Amino acid sequence: MSHLLRRQGWVAGLFALLVALFIITKLIQPGYGSGDFGSLARAVLPYAFAVAAQTVVVIAGGIDLSVAAMMALTSVTAASMMNGASEEYALFVVPFVLAMGFVLGAVNGILIVVTRVPDIVVTLATLFVLQGAALLVLDAPGGAVAEWLKGLISGTVPIPGLPDTIDAWLPKALLVLVICLCVIWIPLRRSKLGLSIYAIGSSELAAFRSGVPVARTRIIAYALSGLFAAFGGLALTMSTGIGAPIPGPYLLASVAAVVLGGVALGGGKGGLLGPIVAVFVLRLVRTDLTLLAIDPNVTAIIEGAIMVAVVMFGAFITMRGRQS
Amino acid sequence: MSTTAIQPVPFGRRVKRFMADRPLIPLIILLIILVVILQILRPGIVNERWIANTIKFAIPLAILAGCQTMTMLTGGIDLSVGTVATMSAFIMATQVVNQDPAVAFLLAMMPAVLIGLVNGIGVGVFRVHPLIMTLGTSLIGTGCLQVYQRTVIASGAKIPDFLAWLGTGVTFGFPNALLLFVPLAALIVFTLSRTGFGRLLYAVGDNERATRLSGVQYWQVITALYVISSVLAGITGLLYIGLIKAPSLSLAEPLVLPSVAAAVIGGTSIFGGRGGYTGTIIGALILTVLTTLLTILQMPEGARRILFGLIVLFVTAAYLRIVEER
Repeated sequence: MSHLLRRQGWVAGLFALLVALFIITKLIQPGYGSGDFGSLARAVLPYAFAVAAQTVVVIAGGIDLSVAAMMALTSVTAASMMNGASEEYALFVVPFVLAMGFVLGAVNGILIVVTRVPDIVVTLATLFVLQGAALLVLDAPGGAVAEWLKGLISGTVPIPGLPDTIDAWLPKALLVLVICLCVIWIPLRRSKLGLSIYAIGSSELAAFRSGVPVARTRIIAYALSGLFAAFGGLALTMSTGIGAPIPGPYLLASVAAVVLGGVALGGGKGGLLGPIVAVFVLRLVRTDLTLLAIDPNVTAIIEGAIMVAVVMFGAFITMRGRQS
Repeated sequence: MSTTAIQPVPFGRRVKRFMADRPLIPLIILLIILVVILQILRPGIVNERWIANTIKFAIPLAILAGCQTMTMLTGGIDLSVGTVATMSAFIMATQVVNQDPAVAFLLAMMPAVLIGLVNGIGVGVFRVHPLIMTLGTSLIGTGCLQVYQRTVIASGAKIPDFLAWLGTGVTFGFPNALLLFVPLAALIVFTLSRTGFGRLLYAVGDNERATRLSGVQYWQVITALYVISSVLAGITGLLYIGLIKAPSLSLAEPLVLPSVAAAVIGGTSIFGGRGGYTGTIIGALILTVLTTLLTILQMPEGARRILFGLIVLFVTAAYLRIVEER
């Protein structure tokens, strides 16, 4: 019970931090309104999916270094397939790219299980491979995206019966994020498979002795990570309108948000809500730095320093937890 | 042992054991095979000039791979070497315009020491995974470099004559860079095999708990290691700018993945405790020849990265099998 309280307490604390940051933002920029919130939600979208991808694997006791490269590959694949194609063709592209992410993620898992090489090395190797594959698909940023996909994350959700002022605070990007994550995460969390993922992260040996199929669960965890990363890649293409073969800073950001979100790097603990709130916190810090008219390059340094500090703090907590 | 003496050992197993005992010989054979393939594809390409050129390009890679070798011996990795090398090269090239070369050198080495220190403290004291820690500091370093670039955009850049001489010059058929590399490599090999510090690196990588219980200050070893690794990367940057002669913000970045691959090919275990620098040097040579080969075959950059990734994965898996066999 106390454990549950503590975990919810962490997420609640994050929410409080988020609210405090919103208040600070409003103080810095009194004109901060629904439009800015909409662009925040759009900026968060690829990060949030990257974090979801990392969270599933970390809960299962692993780590996935290929998240950003997977996003780059799925993004360029989607952008180059939709280039010059009809609007309807995108209806085929989206499931294809998602399936590709799922399969490539599963390949990660299979390699880890079969070769018995540690996950960090395998995913480092697949990081090289996926990056190379992304460069083969598109050697420079380019491609295109269907208009309806772009429209899916821009603008707000009109809800009948609500005044426009409230409506404006419900960006479509946020809705897309919530729906995509909930449709996958909530059934998973309640299923036997979800329990198995937590079990192998908590103690692989204990899980194995209680009859959990460890290898299969691990493969599925990595496949889900690939699926989320593919969502992230699509979100990237949707928000920029093109695909870029060079991976963005999503790997470190995902690890930092996972740690900040209260998911132990050792595995078996935490949920998806904490990391997602953590992404909003990290993005909002960036917005605030930009609003304070700080040089964007300096912003990048501060952001990097915050992420490193968060990861250090998380490692420190994990170490303390192991000792006690 | 007695049972294996009576029963004939299968050939495959004997080969495996031979490779595990003498990892250098199969590596040298591989290098020779690659050179022969190159000679068959482009008859006459292998001559004195080509060899000098290959060595010239292999040296920066070999030094960076030395950073990976030493950190990998402790079970770590240093992905910030590319950024550190780029930073020191860029700072050197821009500061030497207005400053004395010695001052410029000191300024160029400062970020290297600083990043190494932060890496070491993060890994040694806070126990962050080295991969994530060094990736983080390399992101911060790149950001700092971008800010720095704005401040020097007006002053321009130039390559000091000495560095150009060291990087590209050839005396009596030998690249001048060997003047730097041979003592450096000898020092690394000596440190790893003959000094207490080298032995500590192996010990930490082999069994960290045991090492700590025998009274070794883990964080001191790790901090010293990452500072050394960063300083080596900084020196590589200076050498590399003399070779490439075009300062840019992503100068040494393409060397990072190959440096990891070179150390892994050279027989250093990514899990720590096993390996050495001699193998790494041959690994760097193999990769340089392989790059030439892929360029001749007109393989695009993407295919090259895929190949490097697969090499790292397969070699690691193969070593794991060999270790388990014993």
